[in-house]
Formats: sequence, structure tokens, C-alpha cells
Amino acid sequence: MVVATCILAMSVVRQRLHDFMRMIQPDEKWDCTFFTRKEILRLHGRYHELAPHLVPMDYTNDPDCKLPLALIVNMPELKENPFRNRIVESFSEDGMGNLSFNEFVDMFSVLSEMAPRELKAIYAFKIYDFNVDNYLCKEDLEKTLNKLTKEELTPEEVELVCEKTIEEADLDGDNKLSYADFENMISRAPDFLR
Amino acid sequence: HSINVSFSTVEENEDSTFHKEHERERPRGKRRNGEREKKKRGNGRRKGASKEAGEGEEEMQVRPEKRERGKRRRAKNDQEAKGRERDEEEQTKIKSAKTTKTRKKEKSRKTEEEEGEGESEERNTKRKKKHGSAKKEEKEEDGGKRTVKEKAQDVKKKKHKKTSEESSEDNEEEDNEEKEVRPESLSPEELEKLKEAVDERKKLIQGLRGKPWPMKKKLVTLRESQEFVEKYEGALGKGKGRKLYAYKVMMTKKWMKFQRDFENFKTACIPWEMKIKEIESHFGSSVASYFIFLRWMYGINMILFGLTFGLVMVPEALMGRPYGSIPRKTVPRAEEASAMDFAVLWDWGGYAQYSVLFYGYYNSQRAIGWLKFRMPLSYFLVGVGTVAYSYMVVIRTMARNANESGVGDDNSFNFSWKMFTSWDYLIGNPETADNKFASITTSFKEAILEEQESRKDDNIHLTRFLRVLANFLVLCCLAGSGYLIYFVVRRSQKFALDGLENHTWWERNEVNMVMSLLGMFCPMLFDVISTLENYHPRVALQWQLGRIFALFLGNLYTFIIALMDEINLKREEEKIIKFNITMWEASLYNSTVSENSTAPPVTIHPADVPRGPCWETMVGQEFVRLIISDTMTTYITLLIGDFLRAVLVRFLNYCWCWDLEAGFPSYSEFDVSGNVLGLIFNQGMIWMGAFYAPCLPALNVLRLHVSMYLQCWAVMCCNVPQERVFKASGSNNFYMAMLLVILFLSTLPAIYTIVTIPPSFDCGPFSGKKRMFDVIHETLESDFPAWFSKVFSYASNPGLVLPFILLMVLAIYYLQSTSKSYKEANVELKKKLQTVK
Repeated sequence: MVVATCILAMSVVRQRLHDFMRMIQPDEKWDCTFFTRKEILRLHGRYHELAPHLVPMDYTNDPDCKLPLALIVNMPELKENPFRNRIVESFSEDGMGNLSFNEFVDMFSVLSEMAPRELKAIYAFKIYDFNVDNYLCKEDLEKTLNKLTKEELTPEEVELVCEKTIEEADLDGDNKLSYADFENMISRAPDFLR
Repeated sequence: HSINVSFSTVEENEDSTFHKEHERERPRGKRRNGEREKKKRGNGRRKGASKEAGEGEEEMQVRPEKRERGKRRRAKNDQEAKGRERDEEEQTKIKSAKTTKTRKKEKSRKTEEEEGEGESEERNTKRKKKHGSAKKEEKEEDGGKRTVKEKAQDVKKKKHKKTSEESSEDNEEEDNEEKEVRPESLSPEELEKLKEAVDERKKLIQGLRGKPWPMKKKLVTLRESQEFVEKYEGALGKGKGRKLYAYKVMMTKKWMKFQRDFENFKTACIPWEMKIKEIESHFGSSVASYFIFLRWMYGINMILFGLTFGLVMVPEALMGRPYGSIPRKTVPRAEEASAMDFAVLWDWGGYAQYSVLFYGYYNSQRAIGWLKFRMPLSYFLVGVGTVAYSYMVVIRTMARNANESGVGDDNSFNFSWKMFTSWDYLIGNPETADNKFASITTSFKEAILEEQESRKDDNIHLTRFLRVLANFLVLCCLAGSGYLIYFVVRRSQKFALDGLENHTWWERNEVNMVMSLLGMFCPMLFDVISTLENYHPRVALQWQLGRIFALFLGNLYTFIIALMDEINLKREEEKIIKFNITMWEASLYNSTVSENSTAPPVTIHPADVPRGPCWETMVGQEFVRLIISDTMTTYITLLIGDFLRAVLVRFLNYCWCWDLEAGFPSYSEFDVSGNVLGLIFNQGMIWMGAFYAPCLPALNVLRLHVSMYLQCWAVMCCNVPQERVFKASGSNNFYMAMLLVILFLSTLPAIYTIVTIPPSFDCGPFSGKKRMFDVIHETLESDFPAWFSKVFSYASNPGLVLPFILLMVLAIYYLQSTSKSYKEANVELKKKLQTVK
């Protein structure tokens, strides 16, 4: 745990030991995410801010605490995003949107600029897959569209757009988009950068 | 000592006799150490276990090697029994602790665990038979938590699809268990295998963050593979090489860390990144594209500034003759009284005119200072280098952008892309988010409309007709304004010949007034016309930019015409003055001769010497004034048009009859097209004038710097986001193309003046020469050996140059045709790919 080693390195007197430890042990989270040690510490600060009474400042003992969806969704980074609930849900282990710190870091790592397109495509698919059946079916698309447009399109228009989307991207003709279809479509998008 | 070693691996002064053993034990001990630190849950059980292990190890090390294995196995069996007990304990604990999970999950998990237990026991026995190895020991030592995790993984593996990495890991581990016991007795092939396995793990660690797994799994995998790597990396080296190997590993780790830090440093070094990001999140990428363009221009101007400042201005100021030594470096007697007045200085006359800022100040002395710096040559080369560098940069950037944007230009997934990629995940502001929702809705509506129209195939003729009509109207406008400019310029030339005093104020300032009126009203007209066309705003912006650009070319044209007229006037004046000066000198000489032939020649103060008008300095001053007034108008319109309007709308709204904010005046939007064009034309002025006023790049850097901050502030504080926030095209190649055109148009007159007009006789670095580029000949003749100038003269012979040009044209043609065929091949391949899929 980077945070843990950091705190330890600051507090423990046995300097020599820790110098050596740090040399040998690479930052675990750095190898799992796209963040530096500093950024992870900052993320932890944000995580702590969300619920100061729940989250301990000290991560030495690897405490097992999770923040509920409602708290995380209110972060300014996500607040305006129409898919905020889905984003948090698809990164949580239980699918209900409760995030531990590890998952929290993972989420921002995937959303960060450094993450490769392929990884983002995988999670984008998860986000758009509202009913978690590994396919984007018509209901999923309708929900997506309504979130995107704040339900300002008429039902006929929604119908038309969903039909067109499936028609365009569906390669195997099963009237729903599998991940292969989605990946094929999204990899050619000129501005799928996020 | 061995206890010491196994407990705290940190001990660095290892005894060489226990070296091998030590190396092998190290990772395990270390992990234990880390584990202990991480979870200081104070269960003595663990400590006991590790102590036991330590004792076991101690025993092992004392005994001769042969017996070691058997002993180990025994110790292990004991531990295993204990460990299993511990496992069960731990599992029950965990089960009870799982309160956060849902019931269903818990149930399924339980069953999984039970299955896993059975399985793992089975496995354990199997393995015992196979080889009583250190792996198990390790596993048990690790404690329950990990075992549970692993078991869960095993079960998963069985139940779901096997993820290839995990299964391969397991196999590898089993493969390597035997090797691990006696690494020194391995055959080279096995060593190779081991090395490969280690490399694979390393690759896994590197690619880990690109894996779409939940974090827990990532962490577990990471730890496992790290252990594996650390365990076997040591075993791979031999004797002295081992230390070197460890050192190497450490260095690579340090190097990685350095690279990370360097990456961070690099991103932190991009100037104004945060500002632009903030604007982008509020106003969308189209407004941000302007600021990115501005930043790019700033970079170019910094380089130009460095060139002129470092190679022309500073050497002249430091090593050239000081102010007041010769006539061209002195303010003339008639102007001396007012040379320090602010009005004169503001107009770049007086002391400003006779300084390094302008062409006329430079002396034609071939080499200056103790460095023997070739001033005129340097001046000429910097002038040429400025233009050459600008061409190179613009064209290179265009080529790179074209490469980037040439990837996905097909429109086959229009709706899908709109559906899945239209949300800009950077938006963090509610107002912008609302706008984005609106713009997405409108874009969907547009797309739907287009779709329906294409199905009906009815209204398309109307839009086509409207677009043709709009273009026709715009062409009429342009032609009209072009004729108006032409007419006004001709008239003003006539007035100038008559003498300006005989005419009214309007007639004198007609050209400027007409130009600014056209510049004000035509863009509005174009805007109105462009609503007819019903284009996508991005396309509409490009059309708008192109049209205003064509209009402004008239502006440029009149400016150049006026300048040329003035140059010709000055040159005629110069002829007369030159004649007068020879008369004056002759009379001076005669008077001294007639009075006293032996007396020393009369020394005349340089301020009193009559001198020519120096048209080059005049051109430079003209450009500097233009830039200054342009900058001032930009800033003032920004303050009045944006800031004052915003203030009035904001505060008068409380006591007004209608809603000012939503109604008529409202807040202003950021005018992307106007600002981009202002920037481009400003840069054109710099390129045109930089040869005659070396201070221009410096001024421009200052201007761009100020406008960066001022405009960022103005945008954030008094503009509202556009109604339709649209995504700018990824590359701003359209801006670049316009910049290239302007660069070409502005270097043409500059080069024309340099090549065809002889320099003034008494000012500037090229005075006394017939043409400015004669400085090259001079340098070739006097500074290079004779054979070089001979070679050069042969090379510049038309008989050689013409074939060379022909060759270049052929090469260009060849490259062009090959690139065309490549493109075709690309399209073919794309088609094939689509059919395959």
C-alpha cells in the first residue's frame, strides 16, 4: 500500500530499513493504476473529505471501509455527468455503487488521460450496459439517450435513433450490441478520447 | 546469525558463506516482514509461525546440503498441519465478518469456499506427493487471508472461464518449484525457462494497469508476480554476478522512478495548461482551440524573438559603435529638442528611432567588437532564418495534424458515435453541462432531420439552392468591397499627388475609414448569410473564417500599396538629398582648402550632418505603429465590448423594463473567428516587418503574453458559452492553412523589397551596397578560401541550378504520386477489413 508505506516512511525512525524497503518494493498502486504516489495521496485526501468521519486518515492497517454511491456521485468531477451512477456502479465490486478506496483509485485511474483507449472502451461498455447482461440492447440505448438529452426527444425520435444505432453498429445481426460490436464501432470514432 | 538474516532481511553485510541460502530466503522473509508491518493486528500466532519457520531454516542451514531437503519436508509437514487449522479458523472468522455483503452473495461464497476447501486439501496432498516444496510453506505462512483469496480464485478458475494469465502462473509456479530448491544445479535450458518466466511476470506487472480487472484482483496478481520475480531474480545470477544483477535490478527500478518523475515534470512544464483546461470545461473545445493556437503562436514568436534578440540586437548594443558616434546613430539637430517627448516616443520617433530597435541604427562595418562579429551578415541571415523557420514549423505542424486527423473520416457510425462519444467528460460546470445537453439534443435532432430528409430525399434541393445562393451573396459582397477598396485607394493616390492640405478630413482618411467600416459590417453580414446555409457550426465557423479572411486580404493589399508608394516617394527624396550632400561636402572641402590647406579637416558633430530619409526605418516604424494600434484596439474593444457590457447588463438588470440578461443585449459570446483572424493577420504583420524592425518579435511576444492572460480572464468573467457548444476538429489545420497563406503573402513583399530595391546609402547594415544580398558575396569572397567561392560560383551557375530545380520538381512529383497510391491502398485495405468483419 503506497499510502501506508508513505506514512510509515515518514513516521518510523528506522530510516535505513525503510530506505531499503522503498527501493525494493515498487509502489503497488502505481503499477496497478496510472497515478503517481503524490496523486494517490491527493486522491486519498479527496476520498477522506467525502466522509471524514468514516474514512480514517491513516491507511496503515488497510481498513475495510466503503463509501456509498450517494457520496461519491456528489463529487464535482462527476456531479454533472449524466452517467455518474453507472460509472460508480460499474467500478464497485458489489455492483451497488459502494466503493472502497482501492476501487475509488481504480475508477479515477481509468477515467484519467493516461489510460489507453482499449481500457476505456471496456469500461464504457460496462457503463452503458444498464441491465448488466453484457449486451447493449434497445432499453440500454434508450436509457443512454434519455440521459444524454435530458429526455427532450420525442419517443418516436428516440426509437429512430436507437434503431439507427443498432443498424449501424450491429455486425452479427442479433439486434443488440455485443462488446465486439461496440469495440469495433468505438475504435473508429474520431473523438473518443474523454 | 541466520536467525537474524531470516528475520530482518534488511541486514546488508551478509556473510559470504551463507550467501546462497540467504538469497533464497530473502523474498520470503521480506514479505513476512512487510506483512507484519502492514497488518499489525498483533496476533501472536503469526509471529510464532514465522519463528518456527526461522528455526526450521536455521536447522537447515547448519546441516549439510544433502540432508536439507528431507529435514525441510519434515518441518513443513508439521507446519502444514498447524497451518490448516489456522486456515479453518481464519475462514470462519471471515465468514462472520462479512456483514456488508448481500445474503445471496454470501451464500454463494460460502458454497464456493467449501468447495474450495475440499479442493485445496486434495491439491495439498497431491503436491505433497509430488514435491514437498517451499511453496506450500510460503502459502501457509502467508496466513489465512491470502489462502482464502487464492482458493476463491481457484474456484473461480474452475467455475468460470480460465483467464489465461492465472492458469499460466499456476503452471509456472508448479514447474518452478523443483528448481527453486536447488537453483545452482540447474541446466542452462531450465535457467532459460526460468528467465522467460520471470520476464513474463515482469511484462504482466507492466501491463497490469491496462487490465480491466477489479482492483483487488490487480493487487493480488501484482503481489504474487512481484514475489515470484523477486524470488527468482536472485536465483538467476551466480556468484559475483548476483550482486551485479541485484544492483542492475535496483538501478532499473530507480530509472523507472526517474522516468515517472520526468513525465510528471514534463506535463507540469506545459504553460497555461490549467487555464486552457478550465476554459475548455466551461466553453467547450472550440473556444479552447483558439487558446491552444495562441499558445502555439507564442512558442513560435519566442523562437523568433530569441533569434533577433540574441544575434542582432544584443551584439549591436554591446559591441557596435556607441550612440552618438556616427550620424546614423545620432538624433539630428532639428529633432533634438523634441526627441524625448512622450508624444514623439509613442510614435516611435526621437530616441526610439535611433536605437537598436530599427534597421537604420545598424552600421555597415563588416566586423564589430573583439569577437569580429559579422554584423551585416548576421542581420541578413537572421532575416532569412526567421522566414525559413516559420515556413518549416507551419508546414511540419500541418503535416503532423493531417496525419493525426486522417484516421477516422468515414461517417458510417454517425448515430453510434453521437450516442456513445458525444458527452464531453471534462465538463464540470452546471451551465456548460446544460449547454452540452442542449447541444447534444440539437445535434441529435439535426441528425434525425438529416436522416429523415435523406429518406424522403426531398428538401435537399432547397438546402443546396440556399447554399449556392448564400455563396453567391457572399461573393457579391466580397467583389463589392474589393471594388470599393480599389476605388478608394486610387482616389487617395490622386489626392496624395494633389497634396493632402487641399482636402477635407474625410477625403484624407477615407481609406482607413472605409476599411474599418467594411471590417465591422461585412462579418455581421456574412454571419446573417451563413444562417441560410444551415451548416454544422464547425463547418459554418470554417466558412465564416474563410470569408472574413478573403475580406481582410483587401486590407492587406491596400496597406502594401500604400507602403510601396511611400517607399518610392522616399527614394526620390533620397536621390535629391544625396545630390545635395555631395554639394555640401564639396563646399565644406573647398572652404577648408581655401582657408588653410595645412589645417586639419573640420570636425562636424554627427548631429549636424545632413542625411537621407532612410526608407527602411520608415517601413519598420510603420509596422510597429500598426501593431501597437492593433493591440490597443483589441484590448479596448475587449474591455468595452465585453467587460463594460457585462457589467451594465448585470447591474442595470435590477432597474430595467425588460430582462437584459435573457433579452436583447445579453452577455457576449466569445468570437472565435474574429480572434483567430486577428491573431493570424497580426502574425503576418510581424513576418512582413521583422526585417526592418528587429524589435517586432519582442513586441509580439509581449502582446501575446498579455492577451493570453487578459483574454483568459475576459472569457471566464464576462462571456457566456455559445448556445451550441460544439466540438472543434481535433487538429486546427484550418487555422494553419490560413497562417500558411498569410505567411506566403507577407513574405512576398518583404522579399520583393529586399531583392529589388537598393538599400539607403547612409543607414542600416547594408549601406553602400547595391543590393542587400550582396553581403553574401562579400562574405564568400573575403572570409572563405578562394576555391570555395569558385565552387559557389559554379554551383550558382544557371546551367547547374536549373537541372537541380527540375530534379526537385521530379522528386516532389514522385513522392506525391507514391503517397497517392498509398492512400488508395489504405482505402482498399479499409474496405477489406470491413468486409472481413
